[in-house]
Amino acid sequence: MAAVEIKIDHLARLAAMQLREDERPGALRDLKRIIEMVDRMRAVDVEGVSPLAHPLDAAVRLRPDEVTETVDREHYQGCAPVAADGASAGAGGRAVRDGLYIVPRAVE
Amino acid sequence: MAAGLVRREWSSVELTEAALKRIARLDRSLNCFITLDADKALADARRADQALAMDRATPLTGIPLAHKDIFCIEGWRTTCASRMLADFVAPYTATAVARLQEAGTVTLGKLNMDEFAMGSSTETSFFGHTANPWALDRTPGGSSGGSAACVAAGLTAAATGTDTGGSIRQPAAFCGVTGLKPTYGRVSRYGMIAFASSLDQAGVLAGSVEDAALVLACMAGLDPSDATSSEHRDPWLEAVPRAGVGTLADGPLTVGLAKEFFKAIVAGGERIDEVRRTLERLGFRCLDLSLPHIAAAMPAYYVIAGAEASTNLSRYDGVRFGHRCAAPQSLADLYERSRGEGFGAEVKRRILTGTYALSAGYFDAYYLRAQKIRRLIAQDFAEAFKQADLLLAPTAPGTAFRRGQLTDDPVAMYQQDACTIPVNLAGLPALSLPCGLADGLPVGAQLIANHFDEERLLKTGAALQQATDWHERRPNLGWAEAA
Repeated sequence: MAAVEIKIDHLARLAAMQLREDERPGALRDLKRIIEMVDRMRAVDVEGVSPLAHPLDAAVRLRPDEVTETVDREHYQGCAPVAADGASAGAGGRAVRDGLYIVPRAVE
Repeated sequence: MAAGLVRREWSSVELTEAALKRIARLDRSLNCFITLDADKALADARRADQALAMDRATPLTGIPLAHKDIFCIEGWRTTCASRMLADFVAPYTATAVARLQEAGTVTLGKLNMDEFAMGSSTETSFFGHTANPWALDRTPGGSSGGSAACVAAGLTAAATGTDTGGSIRQPAAFCGVTGLKPTYGRVSRYGMIAFASSLDQAGVLAGSVEDAALVLACMAGLDPSDATSSEHRDPWLEAVPRAGVGTLADGPLTVGLAKEFFKAIVAGGERIDEVRRTLERLGFRCLDLSLPHIAAAMPAYYVIAGAEASTNLSRYDGVRFGHRCAAPQSLADLYERSRGEGFGAEVKRRILTGTYALSAGYFDAYYLRAQKIRRLIAQDFAEAFKQADLLLAPTAPGTAFRRGQLTDDPVAMYQQDACTIPVNLAGLPALSLPCGLADGLPVGAQLIANHFDEERLLKTGAALQQATDWHERRPNLGWAEAA
């Protein structure tokens, strides 16, 4: 079996998930083991087999295009993250203000 | 318990107070509960006692239950055992739990689990491990390990769980309780925090098949809020609250034993043989058969579950709910540090596995190939069910392993689910039943049925439990007196 080549920093970037310096060697070692295990799939002949995405092979049910519920914005924003620095916080220290979620400026 | 409520031998408040007292005595050593709320529980119990007094009770009214902390309950902290959601108070209630609450059950609290249901030992929880009541140095299995230990220690008569690759059945086996994973789509996933949406299914852990069936009957059924919940109607299941599970009526059934499952056994094999002999004594015909593609189930599962998890868990970005890092310097920094700090090591491994399998150039070799293998496995089961009505297999390769024994080797940990994963890939219902002890630890036997054939699954389980006393064995809690 060919050695598994994994670019751990690239994967972490794709997953938008920081790995600390001290986490990386272990994460890489474990991921290599997992991908080597997963590569056992190559032994199976899947020629002509159609993929199965859903266990019951069912079609997704559609419903009439009618308004059935309305969203109470304040209620659902009540569980917004607490802004740890306090600088961007709205009511209750949460990172919301005037119904908007507060994030660092993304467009200058 | 329910009969005593109806006969007024005890009230729901008394039952709830007794449960709270037992939890206070035992849970310091077990750590089943992430959140316990005596005030809310007693308020539920008072409402239940009123309903009982006015003869407006269901068979579950007044029964104290606890829920795996993967189910959102409005006003309750719902953590999924993750730092990411350590302070998350759910703004709505999962349908499965809402139906149990509407039936008058008492919610005692939220149960420990592996973080985001990823694990087989309840060791990856941000809130510390749960111990196995049979031996405190052993894991209770996972991911519904808090639920299994809770029922085994008699803290509640039943607890909810979820099963993506074995997370109800394997802990049920390790703790000597009955664990039911229903057919995919039988119970709504609405409000159940998503891990791998095409595999996740809610179910129940209980002391017996009868109790598990009663809870399932309440939780099950079509839910407009979950497009994958099934329209399948089941008059037998709807009658369970009145008539119980009942007995098999349609002649002797054939139980298939697939040789591939038995290759995985490292301990407890003689107990599964005993289940086979008991079934034969009860008139079942046992038949050896083969599921040729089962060996590829584990690799296919870790690709599919990883891919779905990496997609589902992309919602935890530090913006709308969950953990947010301090002083983010940019939007990318906010995402990356919030996720890096919020997720534990096993969750990161699964996300990275899924990201790898879905990344450019690998999609066909991994994700698409895994879905094709999924088809082959589903076809294997379909062929098997032409020859047999049910399948019998071990639930797990062995008995409860020691804490820390497998934490350094994720692939060895994944092997724990070798006998349970194929069932999730095919969306089938399955039951783990206690079948005696090996070296003082419980062994679980797994019965598997065809889609939506919970009737024959549970009737067979109930027949086994009428003929044996394996499910009545409880752990010696001598450690509680010593503590």
